[in-house]
Amino acid sequence: MAKIHVNAFIDRESKNTKLELDDNSQVIDLLKKLNINPVTVIVSRNNELILEDERLNNNDEIRILSVISGG
Amino acid sequence: MNCCSQKPIMEMPSGERLCKSHFTEYFESKVFNTIRKFDLVGKEENLGVALSGGKDSLSVLNILNKLSKQNPKIKINAIAIDEGIAGYRDKTLEKAREFCDKNRIKLHIFSYKEEFGLDLDEMLKILKVKPCTICGIFRRYLLNKKSKELKLTKLATGHNLDDECQSILMNQMRNDIAASARLGPKTGIMQNENLFVPRIKPLYLCTEKEVTAYAFINGLLDSFNECPNAPQAFRANVRDMLNELEQKNPGTKYSIVNSFLQTLPLLKEKFKGGIINICLKCSEPAANDVCNACVYLEKLKGKVEVR
Repeated sequence: MAKIHVNAFIDRESKNTKLELDDNSQVIDLLKKLNINPVTVIVSRNNELILEDERLNNNDEIRILSVISGG
Repeated sequence: MNCCSQKPIMEMPSGERLCKSHFTEYFESKVFNTIRKFDLVGKEENLGVALSGGKDSLSVLNILNKLSKQNPKIKINAIAIDEGIAGYRDKTLEKAREFCDKNRIKLHIFSYKEEFGLDLDEMLKILKVKPCTICGIFRRYLLNKKSKELKLTKLATGHNLDDECQSILMNQMRNDIAASARLGPKTGIMQNENLFVPRIKPLYLCTEKEVTAYAFINGLLDSFNECPNAPQAFRANVRDMLNELEQKNPGTKYSIVNSFLQTLPLLKEKFKGGIINICLKCSEPAANDVCNACVYLEKLKGKVEVR
């Protein structure tokens, strides 16, 4: 199966991660791979929020923003 | 089901998928409905908003500011407490200042250093207590005292559905139902209204995820910034457990808070009448002869020159 590469920034850890996913992968697949509960984050691409069933594209820059308060 | 032809950005527990503008409309309506349902704001108010600069308090301030523009008899002030936590509070206060300047909202900042002579970091070097315990005591003390001095009629906080849900379960697990009697969308109303400025929680029925999405869309969300003293293992455990349940059974948090609301009048009735004293030292409300803030200040006094 063809693969895509996605760059994910996880704001809570202030960390960039490069991931290889199957073609046709969705946001939910990315979160599963990172072991992140979707209830605890919102996800954006190009500064727009995207839903869990949004298809990811090769070379997407994704931001994963924690909904949990910091203090 | 999508709300319209625009791209959806949030999915509701019902399965409905809302675009950016319909989600903003939904969120603000939910907050206004919460205000109406629980009678949080009267026709004429001098409201305070406890502002940390985080997403929750900025979202409350943004919405109450809209309410104030619709009704000039509702005045808005922001109150921020600078505990003096290096590398944390200075950043969130910058965001608070920026928002208030842009929206012409009066921001009152009170610091531990000016009010007590020491900031939190300095206090923690002297007192061997959990940071959140002492920080909470002094923050609540200052918020109530300063709200009275500013003649605020109510103080709004950014507590959301997740916060309330966690507190309900934590109190159950600690067998501290008296503490749950002090929860709810409107608190702090005791026998003597001159002692307490009532607290209101306009985000009471909004999940943390909804608040974050609203803050993101409205440019109120800053980069993640965590208090270095934050880890509260128990609350974090309860929060994680609730998020797992919410993932498997959407609407769980809402159900817990809604069922709690049905029992809250009974709890308030059962635990009413607790005697509130006036602190012999500072005249603020106290559970004993002297309030907790004065007890800790006395302990600090022995070590360094305070207040």
